[in-house]
Amino acid sequence: MEKVIIGNYAVSYGAQLARVQVIAAYPITPQTQIVEKLAEMCASGELNARFIPVESEHSAMASTIGAAATGARAFTATSSQGLALMHEMIHWAAASRLPIVMANVNRALGPGWSIWADQNDSLSQRDTGWLQFYCESNQEVLDTVLQGYRIAEQVMLPVMINLDGFLLSHTSEPVDIPDQALVDRYLPLARRDLILDPDDPHSFGGLVNPEHYMEMRHKMHQAQLQGKEAAREADAQFKAIFGRSYGLVEGYRLEGAELALVVSGTIASTSRVAVDRLREQGEKVGLLKIRMFRPFPGEEVGELLGGFKKVAVIDRNISFGHGGIFCQELKSALYNLPKRPQVYGYIAGLGGRDVTPQTILDIAELTACRNVPPAEADWIWVKV
Amino acid sequence: MGKGMSYQIPEDEYMYSGDVACPGCGAGLAMRLALKALGPRTILVLPASCWSIIAGPFPYSALSVPVYHTAFETGGSTAAGVRAALDMKSDRETTVVTWAGDGGTFDIGLQALSGAVERNENFIYVCYDNEAYMNTGIQRSSATPFGAWTSTTPIGHTKDQPKKDMVGIMAAHRIPYAATANIAYPEDLVRKFQKARAMKGSRFIHILATCPPGWRIASDLSVKVARMAVQTRIFPLYEVENGVKYTINVRPKGLPVSLYLKMQDRFKHLTAEDMAIIQENVDREWERLEDRVASS
Ligand SMILES: Cc1ncc(C[n+]2csc(CCOP(=O)(O)OP(=O)(O)O)c2C)c(N)n1
Ligand code: SF4
Ligand SMILES: [Mg+2]
Repeated sequence: MEKVIIGNYAVSYGAQLARVQVIAAYPITPQTQIVEKLAEMCASGELNARFIPVESEHSAMASTIGAAATGARAFTATSSQGLALMHEMIHWAAASRLPIVMANVNRALGPGWSIWADQNDSLSQRDTGWLQFYCESNQEVLDTVLQGYRIAEQVMLPVMINLDGFLLSHTSEPVDIPDQALVDRYLPLARRDLILDPDDPHSFGGLVNPEHYMEMRHKMHQAQLQGKEAAREADAQFKAIFGRSYGLVEGYRLEGAELALVVSGTIASTSRVAVDRLREQGEKVGLLKIRMFRPFPGEEVGELLGGFKKVAVIDRNISFGHGGIFCQELKSALYNLPKRPQVYGYIAGLGGRDVTPQTILDIAELTACRNVPPAEADWIWVKV
Repeated sequence: MGKGMSYQIPEDEYMYSGDVACPGCGAGLAMRLALKALGPRTILVLPASCWSIIAGPFPYSALSVPVYHTAFETGGSTAAGVRAALDMKSDRETTVVTWAGDGGTFDIGLQALSGAVERNENFIYVCYDNEAYMNTGIQRSSATPFGAWTSTTPIGHTKDQPKKDMVGIMAAHRIPYAATANIAYPEDLVRKFQKARAMKGSRFIHILATCPPGWRIASDLSVKVARMAVQTRIFPLYEVENGVKYTINVRPKGLPVSLYLKMQDRFKHLTAEDMAIIQENVDREWERLEDRVASS
């Protein structure tokens, strides 16, 4: 069934179709409709789940953890300040090896207060052990929630699904709402072992001495790496049942291109328009969208970009003192290739500043004019 | 034990020997007694505290019930999630019990606790109160009593605020049950846990838990000091139902507080005037408690 819905409702419908059993969440712009809708669904009985209206995001994640540790399929959603407040428990969820799925609506961090799109919130959680996806459309958001649970429950690590504030969260698009029976086939609810259960008592998360800690972290890292294969499998199965797939990364008009733009989130859809325009003008420009950020799909990126002379990475985020975060990740993935492209870094769209097709065209032109990448990333259209 | 009285504490043990508490640890004894009342269908949520250590390092556990170790300030919130998951499984038999220190309860975890009990989450929250952050080496908390030495309230700058009224704060949430308990009164403690277990909604039990290294007492004096806290009315044993009905469970002799204070070297520096201030405060609080009993 197709519906025209905002990105936030795409998340809610995804969680509903996944038959989540416990939701603990706290409101923050631009995430609020996700939880409002889920609270409504729980109240009306459309969704058989316990909704815990906690008093903070820190508690939202703690309650989600408690529920998942007791074997429930658990869900939460947040954004920006809320995600930052959760930080301690974000680590806790991953190291507890719990298959939680969380939607994060990408929003700038204060101060100054800004409610607009920016990826610094989720990228600050890079090293917590969560798998991370960045979505381009509302359909992809819904589908990734479903894929997220399938992946999380396979590798036993939590999954964060990111969507740009307002650009997706509050923008209506036609979305195919999958059939519940098919989703149940894709995502059966199975009983997990090693949960809090008086009939099979275990102690979780207690004191660990140096002789064991490193092994636990090594297993987490292995599980992250397995996340790639799990995501490929989840995507392939999804295609088999629902006819849609996304890949860990997606190349767009890369064939015969000399310059590859590398982007994530909604900048990808804007870039498609810009790439089409450039191709019409005979410019050899293609696009690589990075959908999965953790684990980082380094091999895929290397395969697709290895032969390029120039790559331009557009980051809606900034690691202060170093540059765009996707750009750094990309460079490290390309570094050991026998032949590696030049990588040009661009910072754009922070705090919700518009990234239009013209922004992308400017970036393509700037990159074409240059022979050597500057030491520092360019801040596009920044007033200095 | 007097004639006609029978031993009322269950003999079942859910805490193994081999825990790593200090000798004479009140928090260890409190857990052992509490579990006797709670029984095997209990899930424990343990926020950061001495009990994170006492339970033993991986792969051991000193407890035979399932335990979830969680972050310091999440005693209320983690338990709410555990309860919700049990509800979804229609498991109404298992009791979810958070077991937190005074720091995790009075200070850093107060927000999550208030949130959970305001929603009347169906669980028991236990605060074992050793009146400081013991796990990190005896720093003051808002449960530290007036005049006590801790490593962050050194001699010369000892704590000049009284202890926070935690049961009062819980009662103000109008939860079904809030009570104080003490390791020197095991029958009363066990009865309170049995009573709490049979109830629904948020239940709060505040246990005074002596700590020999933190209180600067000999480990064999732990129970005596705990008893003296009740008999001097410093830590009265009472319960509050629905936030309004107060009952005093043990009638104290009303001994002078100096007897309690002089047993502990954390109060060694106190002058006669300091003790008089403490006595006044204790008398005033006791009167207030009696008023509440009378008017409920
Ligand atoms: C967020 C956070 N801050 C600080 C700590 C360090 N810490 C661990 S236990 C503890 C004190 C616990 O005090 P209390 O709750 O009274 O329990 P006790 O150790 O006295 O039994 C502290 C400060 C922590 N684990 N987490
Ligand atoms: S420091 Fe105190 S509370 Fe902690 S284990 Fe030792 S006696 Fe018990
Ligand atoms: Mg303490």
